[in-house]
Order: sequence, then structure tokens, then C-alpha cells
Amino acid sequence: MYQLLKQIVKTGIVSEPAPLPDDALRALEQRLGQVILKHFGRALAIRHVDAGSCNGCELEIHAMNSPYYNLEGLGIKFVASPRHADMLLVTGPVSRNMETALKRTWEATPDPKLVVAIGDCGCTGGIFGESYASCGRVSNVIPVDVAVPGCPPTPVAILQGILTAITPGR
Amino acid sequence: MSKAFEELGLDATPLAGAMPAFCVSIPAGELRGICEQARARKARLVALWGSDETPRRAGYALHLALGFPSGLLWLSVQLSREDPHYPGIADIYASANRMQRAAADLLGIIPSVDADRRKWLRHGAWPEGAFPLRKTVEAAARFAQGPDRYPFIPVEGEGVHEIPVGPVHAGTIEPGHFRFSIVGEKILRLEERLGYKHKGIEKRFEQMTLEEGAKLAGRVSGDSTVAYAWAYAMAVEGATGTEPPPRALALRGILLELERIANHLGDLGYLGNDVALSFGFFQFWRLKEDLLRTHAQLFGHRYLMDTIVPGGVAKDLPRVAGESLTAHLERIEREVATLKSIYDEHAGAQDRFIMTGQVTPALAERMGLTGLAGRASGIARDLRVDYAIPPYQQLDPRAASHTRGDVAARVAVRFDEVFESMRLVQALVQQLPPGDIRAPLAAAAAGARGVGWIEGWRGEVLIALETAAANRIHRLHPHDPSWQNWPLLEHAVHGNIVPDFPLINKSFNLSYSGVDL
Repeated sequence: MYQLLKQIVKTGIVSEPAPLPDDALRALEQRLGQVILKHFGRALAIRHVDAGSCNGCELEIHAMNSPYYNLEGLGIKFVASPRHADMLLVTGPVSRNMETALKRTWEATPDPKLVVAIGDCGCTGGIFGESYASCGRVSNVIPVDVAVPGCPPTPVAILQGILTAITPGR
Repeated sequence: MSKAFEELGLDATPLAGAMPAFCVSIPAGELRGICEQARARKARLVALWGSDETPRRAGYALHLALGFPSGLLWLSVQLSREDPHYPGIADIYASANRMQRAAADLLGIIPSVDADRRKWLRHGAWPEGAFPLRKTVEAAARFAQGPDRYPFIPVEGEGVHEIPVGPVHAGTIEPGHFRFSIVGEKILRLEERLGYKHKGIEKRFEQMTLEEGAKLAGRVSGDSTVAYAWAYAMAVEGATGTEPPPRALALRGILLELERIANHLGDLGYLGNDVALSFGFFQFWRLKEDLLRTHAQLFGHRYLMDTIVPGGVAKDLPRVAGESLTAHLERIEREVATLKSIYDEHAGAQDRFIMTGQVTPALAERMGLTGLAGRASGIARDLRVDYAIPPYQQLDPRAASHTRGDVAARVAVRFDEVFESMRLVQALVQQLPPGDIRAPLAAAAAGARGVGWIEGWRGEVLIALETAAANRIHRLHPHDPSWQNWPLLEHAVHGNIVPDFPLINKSFNLSYSGVDL
């Protein structure tokens, strides 16, 4: 126990400041009113859905949970069910085998809700494109508010996308 | 010709390339006999896949990669266009079951009647009787989304009930379906259903040139991008007769070990998290983030994607950068040593780790467990050790080996391998040979074969390549060790409680994308 406590003290606080929102990432105009955004901005519940990625974007979503990014300090937390979520964070080209599951997850998320598509594949279908097995980008299957490019996008870029989605548009 | 294959009565041809590999064509009637003999000689099934040879005025083909001490044996079985059946081998090599079913779904090559013929990769995206990997099917083809009825095996009895989980899970993980049959808290049976991430990777390769394929290979399973990119490069170099410079090989070794360290750090953090030791999660993920940032600074990408290319590597490591990498690893090493002693002495964590999710060495041997999980269950195989090719030749790498086969053993293997990989990176940086980092890629003849075989952090990654005309790909099968290990997870959870499933699952940390393709 002594060693554990010593390690905590030695490490200190490593959290870094959060990025600012970026309107260029918007795929749709901000649809939600100020009042809702005020609440989302203080307590945002996110459900992640991997709709067919290579798992690269998931690595960065995990990394976003590292102490450097202090998500909970920003009022953001990941939840276990779409029924508890305000936002879906969707990765991958949407595989045809995940099309139904993604639509059902979206339907199970209560309104008002936001969707942030993550990564080049989520934005455009990426290297996998559209095929007999892939529906391509996320917005081919469900409406997307903000799309974050990158292969994979860094935790800062993903965080910026999330913050953009919950910020009033210009 | 190698002795092992002589004993099997085979006249195998050596394949050009870095790893010892041989190929031979056999009639379907001899398949089972050869597999039985190979199994008796302790050869393992590395991969099984199919191909469409109809554009070459043949039928279809079944391919097997068997791992012998003397190297990899690539067996091809020609099947007729009219009747593409073959005798199944899943009773000889248990891990062949899902691979046979995947080949049936994609190409319509079908194992004999007594085999498990349930669908595997086919859900509702294409109908029964359509085979998307056949050359007659366009990649852009669309089939109407149909119903997906999958015959799970029911478990009945007093007090038994089912918990269906997924494909969308509760955590940030890839999609798959787990069907638990339980009594009280205890798991009686787990049945996995994968294939949700099938996005047509193998078909996509066939639209690409050898150069273009490198980027896709690095995205078969994102957490193993270095292993796949190296295996791909090795296969292309073999097929084209390209020799990568020694400096490039040393740099590839550094990249592969860095990928191993980064993944192990992340897993060690999550394994702490899953036993309610969130201290471990935050500490290890801080160290992992530090390492990822170093990757980005030195190689231009946090996960080292696209740094290995056919012919060599895309980014050099200057002397000063190498020194800073070594110094950084030394810092991480000291911290990992501290964290290891905290994990070792933490009664709560050890209580959850020890004897949880056990795969005994006997079961591991019978079912063909491989890679990291294999080394935790007494299967002391590691390609870096078993076939020491450059740059591992002079480094005398040591394979981790534990025998208890529980979560604690898989944790121990990760700690051992983190320290060993750090030693290897430091040695490689010190002995980095001078010279070029990339050789020009020679042109490939149509029908040339190449094999890439790399010990990734999860286990052995295989790329089996056959070229088409004009530097294109006729058929490429990327094989992830998760094919072998997923079925063992079903065994590992027997008699454990449902709340320990996430911990056991994480201790294997298998790839979905790598097997769904």
C-alpha cells in the first residue's frame, strides 16, 4: 500500500487543458437548443459503437480515457447502454453485418441525441469504401452531426469533435 | 527439400522470402492423411483459406498453412468447379472449424458432410448460395439485406438460463455476440458468434496493386498494424525477389517491439481496471500515452501505421532520436518494475487473477492455442525464437513461458515480454546497421507466391499472397492468431462466474476485425 500511495504522489496530476471546439468538423448544423446544450455541456453521456472499424479508432478512444485528458473533469462519461446516452460515438465504415445493430442502437438512444462519426472510415468509408460487405461512411446509415477525420484521429481531435457537437453553432 | 516434408512423402518447393516456407499441391484424397501425419509430428495448423482459380481455367482451391519446426508448409488442394467439396479436417485440427465455415461462406468450397456446416461470416449481407469472394462477383455488388438466423446450440436443464450479449457491448470494444448459458452466477457454456465486422478486406485486396495493399494490410487489425505491415512486406518481397536493406530490418524489429510494449502496457492497465484497481489503469495508460507520443515524434504516427512498406521502412531513426528513444524506454522500464511489484503484492488483484479463466497446457495443446495466450499455457512457441531471422538472429530473444494458463499467467507473460522487448529495442538501437532504409520493389511475375509470418504482440500473423498480372493481387489471405484462440475463450470461462468474463476476455484480448475480415 505504501508503494502504491508513493507512486500516486510521485505521479501527481498529469491532465492537460481540453481543446476548443472547431466548427469545420460539423456535418450538420447544430440542431439542439441552448438549454439542452447547457445540460449536455455539464454532463454528457456517450455510448461508443464500433460499426466495423479496424480497432484503430478504439485505441484512441481508450487513450482519451487516460489521465492526460481527464474526461470526467469535463463532465463527459462513457455509459454501458444507448438508453443512458446523449451521444453516440461511432467508428468504422459501417459493415453490412452491423447495419441493423447500428440503426437499432440509434433508435434506442433517447432524443435529443447527437452522433459523432470518428475516423476517416467513419467520415468517408476510408480505405474499405463501399462494397458487398461495407455500407461506407456512418452518415450512409444514421444522421451524423460532427465527423472527425484521421486514421485514427488523436484523442485531442476526438475530444474536439465531441466538444464541437455540444457547442452552439455560429 | 526439407526432411519433415520428405517423411510426409511430399516434394515441397521452397518459397523465396525471409522465413523458411515451402509449397506443394496435393490431391484432395491425401489431405486427411497428411494432416494426421503432420499432427502426429506436432505440426500446428497456422491457417486455412480458399481461392477461386476459375480465371486460370481451373476450379477452386483449398489452402492450408502448417507450422513445422523446419518452416511453414503451404498445402494447396485443387477442387473441381462443379463439385468443390473436400474432406474436412476439424476433427484433426480443431481450430479448422471456423476457418472451413468462413471459406464455405466466401467461396462455396465445402467440407464433407460430417463437418460443422453452419455459416460463420455470412449474416444477412448476402444470401445463401452467393459467394462474394468468387471472381464472378464484383466487389461493388449489392445483395438485399436478408434475415440472419443462426442456429445457436441450446443448453437445457433445471435452472439454466441464457444471457445474450452484443454485438454492441457495454464497453469500448469491438462488436461480437456472446451467448452465455448459466446456472446462478456460473457459466455452463459460452458460444461466440463473430463476423459482425466483415467488411470485405480480402476482396478489397484483389482490387489493389502490391504497393497499394500495404496500407490496407496495416488496417486488418489496427492494434497490430506493425505486425501486419511487416508480414505483408515480407510476402511481397518474397514474391518479387526484393531484398530489404539490413538497416530497414533492424528498424522493423524496433517498430514491432514498440508495438508489443504499447499493447501490453494498455492491457496491463485494463486488467487492473477489471479487478477494480483503477490505479493500475491510470498508471499504465499514462505510460502508454507517453510511449505513443514518442512514437508520433520519432516515426510520425502514434501507432506506427504505414511506417513499414514493401522494400523497407518509410522513416529512418537518426542516432540522436535513437538515444532519446532508449532513454525514454529506460524511464518506462523503471516505472513498470514498480507497478509490477505493486500488482504482485496486491492481494485483491491477485485473488481475482489467480486460477481465473484457466486453459490447461493439455487443452491448449489439443485445441491449438497460440501466441501470447499459448505462452501462458505451456506452449512455448515464438516465431522470433523458433526461426531467428534478421534482425533477431544475433539478439538471442527469449520466449516467455508460463504453465498455469490463468489470467495471472497471461498477466505474467505480458510483464515478461514488456521487459524483453525493451531489451531488444535497446540492443537494436545500439547495433543499428548503416545504409539505406528502402530498396526499390522488383516487379512480380503473375502467379508468384509470397509468405509473411511475424510474431505480433498477440501471436503469429500470416500473410499468404499470390500475385496476378501487372503487379496486382490474385489472392491474399491475412491470418490473425485470434482464429485459433477465440474457441479457447469458450473453454476458459467454464465454471467461472459471469462477472469474471470481462476480465478473462481482456486477458486474451483477441481481435474481432482480424478474424471477421
